[in-house]
Amino acid sequence: MSPQSDPGAPSRPADHIDSTEADPGETPVNQPKLGFVGWLRFAWRQLTSMRTALLLLLLLAIAAVPGSLVPQRSSDPNGVTQYFDDNPRLAPILDGVQMFDVYTSVWFSAIYLLLFVSLIGCIIPRTKHHFEALRARPPRTPVRLSRLAGYTERALPEGETAAAAIDSAAKQLRQSGYRVEQYELRGEPSVSAERGYLRETGNLVFHSALVGVLVAVGFGGGFGFSGQRVIVEGQTFVNTLAAYDSFNPGRFFTDTRLTPYRLSLESLDAVYETRNQDAIGQPIDFTAHVTVQGQDGEPEDRTVKVNEPLYTHGTDVYLLGNGYAPTITVKNAEGDVVFTDAVPFLPQDANLTSIGVVKVPDGMPEQLGMVGFFYPTQTELTSGAYTSSYPDLILPVLTLNVYEGDLGIDDGTPTSVYSLDTSTLEQLTGGKTGVDSIELKPGETAELPNGLGTVTFDDVSPGAAPAVDVSDTDADSADAEGRNYAQSVSRFASFDIHHDPTQMWVLAFAALILGGLLVSLFVPRRRMWVKAVTKPDGRVVLEYAALARGEDPGLEDAVTGFADKHAGPAASARSTSNSNSAADAPEKSST
Amino acid sequence: MQLTLDEISILCVYSAMVVYAIAFIAFSIDLARRSAAATAAADAAARVEVKETVAVGAPSSPRSAGAAKPAASVAYGRSPSLRVGVAMTVLAWILHLSADVLRGLAAGRVPWANMYEFALTGTLIITTVFLVVLVVVKQDLRFLGTFITGLVLVLLGIAALNFYVSPIPLPPALQSVWLVIHVFVASASVGLFALGFALSVVQLMQARRESIAATAKAVKLTFLATLPDSVTLENLAYRINIIGFIMWTFTLMAGSIWAEKAWGRYWGWDTKEVWTFIIWVVYAGYIHARATRGWRGSRSAWLAIIGFSTVLFNFTVVNLFFKGLHAYSGL
Ligand code: HEM
Repeated sequence: MSPQSDPGAPSRPADHIDSTEADPGETPVNQPKLGFVGWLRFAWRQLTSMRTALLLLLLLAIAAVPGSLVPQRSSDPNGVTQYFDDNPRLAPILDGVQMFDVYTSVWFSAIYLLLFVSLIGCIIPRTKHHFEALRARPPRTPVRLSRLAGYTERALPEGETAAAAIDSAAKQLRQSGYRVEQYELRGEPSVSAERGYLRETGNLVFHSALVGVLVAVGFGGGFGFSGQRVIVEGQTFVNTLAAYDSFNPGRFFTDTRLTPYRLSLESLDAVYETRNQDAIGQPIDFTAHVTVQGQDGEPEDRTVKVNEPLYTHGTDVYLLGNGYAPTITVKNAEGDVVFTDAVPFLPQDANLTSIGVVKVPDGMPEQLGMVGFFYPTQTELTSGAYTSSYPDLILPVLTLNVYEGDLGIDDGTPTSVYSLDTSTLEQLTGGKTGVDSIELKPGETAELPNGLGTVTFDDVSPGAAPAVDVSDTDADSADAEGRNYAQSVSRFASFDIHHDPTQMWVLAFAALILGGLLVSLFVPRRRMWVKAVTKPDGRVVLEYAALARGEDPGLEDAVTGFADKHAGPAASARSTSNSNSAADAPEKSST
Repeated sequence: MQLTLDEISILCVYSAMVVYAIAFIAFSIDLARRSAAATAAADAAARVEVKETVAVGAPSSPRSAGAAKPAASVAYGRSPSLRVGVAMTVLAWILHLSADVLRGLAAGRVPWANMYEFALTGTLIITTVFLVVLVVVKQDLRFLGTFITGLVLVLLGIAALNFYVSPIPLPPALQSVWLVIHVFVASASVGLFALGFALSVVQLMQARRESIAATAKAVKLTFLATLPDSVTLENLAYRINIIGFIMWTFTLMAGSIWAEKAWGRYWGWDTKEVWTFIIWVVYAGYIHARATRGWRGSRSAWLAIIGFSTVLFNFTVVNLFFKGLHAYSGL
């Protein structure tokens, strides 16, 4: 059969269930020896077969599993570090086979790239064939319809000729969306009709859109970037490379692509549950109030919330975290301010017990470092240690341990602002020193040890009283009760700022995937035939039958329905089966 | 004593479990009776070839009309235990629905925001899909009653005993319309996959029975003799699974859109995303298998079974033991 005479038959891979081509496994063994080209062709055929696609799909599913068992560098870098610490022997071996980068690993990429090569090798011939099928005539009516699905017959209506009946069948079929062609075989007129080309169209759209998603994702990763930046209330960020705390550019990214707009955090509102006894302190809402200003524009007030990112100047700004940034001022023995800043403290638990670091490189006899704990609502555990019992500012307390020596920042190697390398430092308070850690509430000042100077935890509430020196008074003075600390400590927001130029493309292809899928799974592709047959006794009857192409549960009902509409209900209420095994119905007995 | 909405909801959960248990027993008795009926039928029609499967005498199955069929199958549709099973399932469903709605009212939001609520709503959807196929689509799947009520009972029991948390407000990341859409559609596809899974299991058992019969050996007559043949079961399973697959595709996409809003990227290979992907790929494999020579039938049925196993794994093990951004089990 040539493709012209039977459109649809070899359009799919040779081992498709509906394919009429011989199974490669069934080809005779005494084939001539394959040449190089022959081998290539053979390999290509294997790669683009349904079986290969299926195996590659299953392989892809299996290959994706390890990435959920072992922490991944892309999504959980700290987890990877932890894993190395916990499994010092196993981790390097796993790393050797890219277990911490599964989804960019050679083997994972190999599988999906092969799958997509197979997919493209599948789509192209099928698309070509589908275009031909769209233009081809429905195939010749089979000689014997009685062996086909839903076969039924009706008497020729009174006073009608066979040709007229076939004409009207053709007309009705065309009206219900079939492409029709009339044939005459041994004097018996018939109409051959086919519908549901949309099914194959949907299937091809679906598979092509898969390729589209892959390509779009690849490009998006290449030209986009993502960066993180912590901004304290009152601070401003300018969108330039240097202003980011961390920055991951795509492969083809150049920093001329950054629009230098200004983003200021006016305030960050945090709301916590206060009434529901089972959820006290649970976050209810975080809202960052920001102003955005382009290079030559007016500042605009905007908000960023979890689930409600800000889209501005070609970037997407997400609120991914927040915490407290106590304002700390350090003066030296002469009373000169050597450090003053709002220092972001990283939250450690749900009640925002936070850790932060102060580094004072200049203005002191030696460099000074401080490691601090911040408790928004300080509570003392039975062990005497402090913890925070509520995430909001009820009883904020800052404790500081002071170190003196070499901060290790002079040689230019980048160090994290959130950690202090104490190996070259001498501890002056807390721990084993015998000197109590410094402990401050907002607005309080304490002496540094050894007469080095003072440190103040500034109260940033509007109209706050000037700092009180607590060094000579009892640290537990009763001033805490009844004081409202709600505004006394600044908050910070940590923003993720992204640019993904192909995100919309991915979404569009995803929509095509879904649409193509719906069409290809629910539009039935079927052929139907009506034939006027002259019986040996000279009686002319109309025969109806159909053939499913792919899954088509409603096929037999469709034949009966059409026959009823065309020639009226069957005289003897023959029971035509409406059961489910539609596609493979030939052996079905009409009981 | 004044009961809170949530306490009434819990009462409904436990009542529903009791009624599901009764339904389960009724369906099990029915299966036992089917075996007996099949044996009796074989005796009565000794000359009827063993190979021929005996159709259930359901109204939707035209095969029972055949005169050659053993009387047992016709009598079968009137099985009292089957009716009790269905009636009890409907009653349990009403209680279950009330429990779910009350939980939603108690929490002041959709009742699917933590493990307990996923389980409560997910199992409700399993039963709903089962009843819809039974009552609205009029496809006689009552023989799956034992499986469905058993599965729902077990999952509901685990949820009520181990996953329960009192209703608490939503954390900011979950305050989104996508919670309503994404999680609901995901639960619905799980309901469909469960049904597809059950059909595939029965299909495999039936296929085994048929292949034994084909070799003309004596077949042990079990309830299988009263069920549709393996090809019918396979087609049914396929149709249910593809609807589940489409919904899962949507789940995956909706999840990505939500992830973009909440976490700043639409795809990041977070553990839950990985497993959503794996499930999707396995079912895509299943659909391909159905269209591949040599893979139709039992092999593709195994893929549907593996598919549902990954769904269950995703819901239980991944939620409870794997680390990731989707830490919303509430436990
Ligand atoms: C990225 C990998 C692939 C995925 C995720 C995938 C997924 C799917 C899905 C979901 C369907 C059912 C929907 C429909 O009929 O349109 C399908 C059908 C189909 N796929 Fe793929 N596919 C992939 C690769 C391939 C490849 C490489 C081939 C060719 C060898 C192929 C050939 C087919 C065929 C012929 C059908 C129609 C099946 C039928 O007749 O029911 N697919 N595919």
